[in-house]
Amino acid sequence: MKYMSEYRDPVLAKQFLEEIKTTVTQPWSIMEVCGGQTHSLVKNGIIEMLPDEVTMIHGPGCPVCVTPLNLIDKAVYLATEKGVILCSFGDMLRVPGSQKSLLEAKAEGADVRVLYSPLEAVKIAEDNPDKEVVFFAVGFETTAPANALSVVHAHIRGVKNYSILASHVLVPPAIKAVIDDEESKIDGFLAAGHVCTIMGNAEYHPISEKFEVPIVVTGFEPLDVLQGILMVLRQLEQKKAEVENQYARIVREEGNPDAQKVIHEVFEVKNQMWRGIGEIPESGYAVREEFAAFDAAKKFSVNIAEAPEHPDCISGQIMKGIKKPFECAQFGKTCKPTNPLGAPMVSSEGACAAYYHFSGMVEQA
Amino acid sequence: MCLAIPGKIKSIDLQYNGLVRMAKVIFGGITKEASLEMLPDANVGDYVLVHVGVAISKLNEEEAQRTFKYLEEIGELGELEDVDEYLPNSEKKAS
Repeated sequence: MKYMSEYRDPVLAKQFLEEIKTTVTQPWSIMEVCGGQTHSLVKNGIIEMLPDEVTMIHGPGCPVCVTPLNLIDKAVYLATEKGVILCSFGDMLRVPGSQKSLLEAKAEGADVRVLYSPLEAVKIAEDNPDKEVVFFAVGFETTAPANALSVVHAHIRGVKNYSILASHVLVPPAIKAVIDDEESKIDGFLAAGHVCTIMGNAEYHPISEKFEVPIVVTGFEPLDVLQGILMVLRQLEQKKAEVENQYARIVREEGNPDAQKVIHEVFEVKNQMWRGIGEIPESGYAVREEFAAFDAAKKFSVNIAEAPEHPDCISGQIMKGIKKPFECAQFGKTCKPTNPLGAPMVSSEGACAAYYHFSGMVEQA
Repeated sequence: MCLAIPGKIKSIDLQYNGLVRMAKVIFGGITKEASLEMLPDANVGDYVLVHVGVAISKLNEEEAQRTFKYLEEIGELGELEDVDEYLPNSEKKAS
């Protein structure tokens, strides 16, 4: 496909790797923030091909992985006890709640549907006026405009039986939290290209300046990721700490103002709980009071007690880049994609699932 | 989750009493519908990046070539920097 396959050219990838090898003179740790980049790095074998001096640390950028356990329990409750049509993205269905996943609820007869887009959920609500339809709206800034737009569509079309259960997380506060964690030692960042497509690069300049770290806004194809790594390494070797844009074919400095507008119309910033990490100040979105009628958290009174995480799951340390999946005693043994103990083993963008599927480490374990 | 795919706009039509601008976008051999509400300037023939049914960015075709030229560019830059070391201070390029 145009603008995808040419960024997978193996000859140029090898040239990038050679340049990376000649550039690097000392050990550096680089965090790729987005799970899509983790997936690309592992799937394409890039981690193994990088010189020993370069360590890639996998970041918390998997929204499915950081959605609080309590919220999954709420979604399961809405589907099983309140009789709603519960819709979400495919990955979200398999994440284990404290009792069961949405997929298990579906197997037991609940009306749980996988959708490609939240806009489809509004149509389902229109077609089922006697049922409540809830979209489990998870995501980073990339997905926020689509989720917000579904609320706007429902509003302008007078669809009153539609609401969203929002679990939105924001990247810049997470980067700050990762840098602040004394256990993590990260020299530079690949920022998430599609998040910046929406929000632009402005939020990253103060982070780069304050913490003196290079941040390169990076795409997702193998050449994108290799170029992003090279750009970070060149800055590190030259003792620079700037924001650069590798993904300029998609990302504008100012982002997408129309998308930001719809986000701010529907959502407001709030403190957000990240599964496995804890609460991060001002790192999420809540539905604004004006749209409370479309906020499932307000529409349905659901009081579900906080449940503890599985005691053997170290997903918090994995998502902060402190440990690698194969350093977990459960990895590939009691914890597999078919029987995940924690969320990073579920989503294809979760570090544990990416390692399990592509890196062959299961055989070594 | 943040997966987004570039595709070419095949056609555009207005839905819901003209309130919503929707496009048919071709991805390889597959055509899917995407909202153009975040890209009011997008037109038929443009390449757009689509995420969960919403077009979020118009692809900049000129910038799309930069990755292929990057190694060449930094190579030339490196040569300039090498030359720079041998120049008297007065002739060094501003940095």
